[in-house]
Amino acid sequence: MKLIWKYMKPYLGTISWGMTLKFLGTLGELSLPYILEHIIDTIVPLGKLRPVVLWGLLMIVMALLTRQLNIGANRTAASVARRSIYHLRDDLFRKTVNLSGSRFDAFSLPSLTSRMTSDSYNVQAFMLRIQTLGIRAPIMLLGGIFVTLTMDVALAGILCIMVPLLIFVVFFITLKGVPLYTRVQNRMDDVVRIMRENIIGIRVVKALSKEPHEIRRYEQANDDLMKDDIHAGVIMAIPGPFMQLCLNVGLTLVVYVGALRVNGGQTEPGVILAFLTYFNLILQAVMALNRVFVMYSKAKASADRIGIVLEDLPDQEVIPWTADVKTSATKASELSHIRFDHVSFRYGDDAEDSLTDIHFSLDHGNSLGIIGATGCGKTTVINLLMRFYDAREGRVLIDGRDVRSFPKDDLHRKFGVVFQNDIIFADTLFNNIDFGRNLAKEDVERAAADAQAAGFIGELAEGYDHPAAIKGANLSGGQKQRVMIARALAAKPEILILDDASSALDYQTDAKLRTTLRQNYKDITTIMIAQRISSVMHLDQIMVMEEGKILDMGTHEELLERCDLYRTIYRSQMGSVTNV
Amino acid sequence: MADRNRNRQLNQPKDTKGTIRRLLIYIMAYRHVLLLVMLLCILSNVLSLFGPSLAGKAINEAAAGAGKVNFSSVLYYVRRMLLFYVSSALLSYVINVIMMHVGRWLGNRMRQDVFHKLMKLPVSYFDRNQAGDIISRVSYDIDVITTSFSTDLVQIMTNVVTVGGSLIMMLLISPRLVLITLITVPLAVFYTRRMGRITKPLFSRRSAKYGEMNGYVEEMFSGHKTILAYAHEDAVAEDFDAINADAAEYFYKSEYYGMTIGPSVGFINNLGLSLICMFGSILYLYKQVSLGQISSFVLYSRKFSGPINEIANIMNELYSALAAAERVFRLLNEEEEIPDVENAKVLKEVRGQVEIDHLSFGYDPGKIILHDLNLKVKPGEMIAIVGPTGAGKTTIINLLMRFYDPNSGTIRVDGVGSREVTRESLRKAYAMVLQDTWVFKGTVFDNIAYGKEDATMEEVVAAAKAARIHSYIKRLPKGYQTVIGEDGGNISKGQKQMLTIARAFLYDAKILILDEATSNVDTTTEQQIQKAMRDLMADKTCFVIAHRLSTIQNADHILVLDHGDIVEQGTHETLMEAKGFYYDLYQSQFVS
Repeated sequence: MKLIWKYMKPYLGTISWGMTLKFLGTLGELSLPYILEHIIDTIVPLGKLRPVVLWGLLMIVMALLTRQLNIGANRTAASVARRSIYHLRDDLFRKTVNLSGSRFDAFSLPSLTSRMTSDSYNVQAFMLRIQTLGIRAPIMLLGGIFVTLTMDVALAGILCIMVPLLIFVVFFITLKGVPLYTRVQNRMDDVVRIMRENIIGIRVVKALSKEPHEIRRYEQANDDLMKDDIHAGVIMAIPGPFMQLCLNVGLTLVVYVGALRVNGGQTEPGVILAFLTYFNLILQAVMALNRVFVMYSKAKASADRIGIVLEDLPDQEVIPWTADVKTSATKASELSHIRFDHVSFRYGDDAEDSLTDIHFSLDHGNSLGIIGATGCGKTTVINLLMRFYDAREGRVLIDGRDVRSFPKDDLHRKFGVVFQNDIIFADTLFNNIDFGRNLAKEDVERAAADAQAAGFIGELAEGYDHPAAIKGANLSGGQKQRVMIARALAAKPEILILDDASSALDYQTDAKLRTTLRQNYKDITTIMIAQRISSVMHLDQIMVMEEGKILDMGTHEELLERCDLYRTIYRSQMGSVTNV
Repeated sequence: MADRNRNRQLNQPKDTKGTIRRLLIYIMAYRHVLLLVMLLCILSNVLSLFGPSLAGKAINEAAAGAGKVNFSSVLYYVRRMLLFYVSSALLSYVINVIMMHVGRWLGNRMRQDVFHKLMKLPVSYFDRNQAGDIISRVSYDIDVITTSFSTDLVQIMTNVVTVGGSLIMMLLISPRLVLITLITVPLAVFYTRRMGRITKPLFSRRSAKYGEMNGYVEEMFSGHKTILAYAHEDAVAEDFDAINADAAEYFYKSEYYGMTIGPSVGFINNLGLSLICMFGSILYLYKQVSLGQISSFVLYSRKFSGPINEIANIMNELYSALAAAERVFRLLNEEEEIPDVENAKVLKEVRGQVEIDHLSFGYDPGKIILHDLNLKVKPGEMIAIVGPTGAGKTTIINLLMRFYDPNSGTIRVDGVGSREVTRESLRKAYAMVLQDTWVFKGTVFDNIAYGKEDATMEEVVAAAKAARIHSYIKRLPKGYQTVIGEDGGNISKGQKQMLTIARAFLYDAKILILDEATSNVDTTTEQQIQKAMRDLMADKTCFVIAHRLSTIQNADHILVLDHGDIVEQGTHETLMEAKGFYYDLYQSQFVS
């Protein structure tokens, strides 16, 4: 609720204006039955046409005024809701794309997506209604109570006791509704997740003819969603009829007490009759309030889900950095460009170590290849270097400075990187390479040429304007990788990281790529993770990893001589043709 | 990025009548329940009519004046009132709950139908459409429909009963005064319809914008790490800004017009009341009606116009529900995979002979990428498909599995054309490991056993051992019961690939497809897999697409593809001797 208010507050002026309009409009609405009653009770019995027509016209004018006021108020409310939700969604999006890797994983992609969308729609609906129904209903309620108070205080007292009781109960149930709707939203996450898994894995599902199985799995989640939704609904359906009942019981009491008072000579029978009329008004107001409350519990559940993301504490503080005497005395060029200082790391506290005591350094302009079995921690090294995660022990240094001391964007701008599971966005190839950095056209084309992508791009009818489909579905695996390598090279980064980035390239292209990199990017510090020895054998240093540890490190020749694992891999890949 | 290609999905012709008809079909499934609700509605309305009349009688008793009130009859009416009110409240709770159920059932069924539909759509649909946009139909659109359904329908039904009842009463009092409603009701209807023409397209746009936004969000969030790595957060946020602003704009626009309907119809009703007053008093002057009649006519016409007012408010919600329903139905209308031919055979006891006969194909009918491909594969042979990237290797897989149908030519398995057998049995003949590995949120066990229902633990372990991932799995905190997160969470691509290889091991198929399957597994592991694979595949047909030529030297037949054509074919030895395209390709892997 605080969250919703926070985003609506900036428009306090507009909101007050809209509320004033709505207030006047509601008063106008209240005045109409009053005028009508007056015409019928007082004017018509006079038997003259002129005053009837005049009063009738007054009523029409008031009705028109009411319409204009209400429309004005509604539109003002819509405009406030529009701007508030726009800013809310914007902030949420910014926050989400800026989440660290571990926090993003903790929330999970589908859940973050639905917070951005369906949760924001719930909040938006509430923002709109609270300004319209939320004003109208209380005014009608208070107005009705006020009028009845002027008629007979004792009788109105009965209503006045009923109303707080009723609001208390409704409020209580609404609060109960919040966790129920939170659960419904979480169930929705499950439904969306399964659907998403199927959309992405459709080929596998179809190949294995698993459609019936997937349908069962989905139906289970869908049914669970329905059950929880119905459960919430059954409880949230209570306030409406309950309110009606309370007020009607109150009314019955009014009739009874009224009869007593008439008998005692304290009131007129006509007053009881008038009570019936205003009572209807109050009932309507209460029903409207109920709708607001139901909407509130949904919106609150959603706002809380959004709030958790927005208020997620930045888990990767930028630590202050003062260069120690020794470091500052050393010239930058003499420092290692990249240095891992006895680094250990694990994903999650109860997981096993993914990296243990990683210790190495890499000089400016040097190149490092990392090789090792699947799951030995190669990618984790990159995750720590780029600070997607923080090391558990030890430090990661760039130019002698702890990576944790760099502002996030400054750190990331040093890199050009292609990840293992990297993606192409639904945009032109040019924009995929430029990636919002406003690079010069020459840079993009140079990078594409160096990444061996210029050839196939040139063959496309639209060239660089060729629109890549969602996740690059209209490009082959090798084409995608080359575009991503071009993206990494385009801004001439300080450090180039290629994590299994050429696995889909054929040998010819891969070889050309390597030659180009060596010739045109020799000043760039490069880390290359690969499965093929031929991709890394010419690099300055090669690190052989095994189960999260560095097994050995050295040049190709050194490793061939002393590292058994390296030799095995080499033999297996080069097979019988080592002498070529 | 504003002019992204997803825009083409927006703005298709609107078919309101068709949408309503289909919605009715859905609703009619619950006609018995709805009939019951209708009866309950009438009952509760009658009860609510009794309430005031009882109150009136009680007041009449009280009207006797001070000291003369007959309390026994007052109490009688009061007790009756309590009885009626309690039962009316119970009834209205029951009605609400039933309708809420029906609404959720409806939503459940629609969500289910959408999913069933997705399962029947051709793979090309998923290549063309964004996951986020499809999901938006389930998460937003269907939600709008069910919410509108469970609240609005009750209101409409209640209102119809009230309107009918009041009209009868009004006619009984003064048919001439009813004439005034002949002015106001059509006015209200006309106005609502006119506004509907303005708001409906706006609500459609709004739904579509939400779909677009969902698609964008989903795409960008999937690329989260890349965006971080390129410090691209701000640029992406700015792009989102534009889409967000658009979505907010259409929210505003649709509400801007939509929210005028309520007050306007309210005005028309009040206009009617004033006219009744004026016209009524003229009739009164000419002694045509009594004062009491005007008074009660006004009361009833209020009861009459109230619901019309309500309905006008509901219209707004109905429009947005219709727009949402249209998007859902549009998906349900998508063309499905061509059904299996009648009397389609079930491919049984596959031997694994595959024949490709004069096949040509293009994703875009105007752009043929495979030209007149011919190939005969004997059972148990290993076929390697090599060639530079983009030569059409993956496309062959799409056609073998019938994810796409060829433009011309046939593929035969065991001599039977692939269109003459059921898709299911055809696909069951193949096991495959694709370039993009796929795991789902579930245990390691479930992920491996995915292709074989009722697989035992022993079988799964055996498959994992064969895929050389058993020791890795055993090191996981809960072994085979470890839950893999969505998208594979923190498992590396290589591990995912080994999982899918294990899955393929377990899946008992005669033909195996490996699409760059081992390119993420380190070579040591790969060699082990190769050994196991050879044992397993001894009597199976095998298509391998690999870039590492060392892995396919023992293939029975190598197809060399370039630009969609087979440029060379033969065994490793003959191709090396020919010193052609393959030879160059082979030599290039040793250049460094």
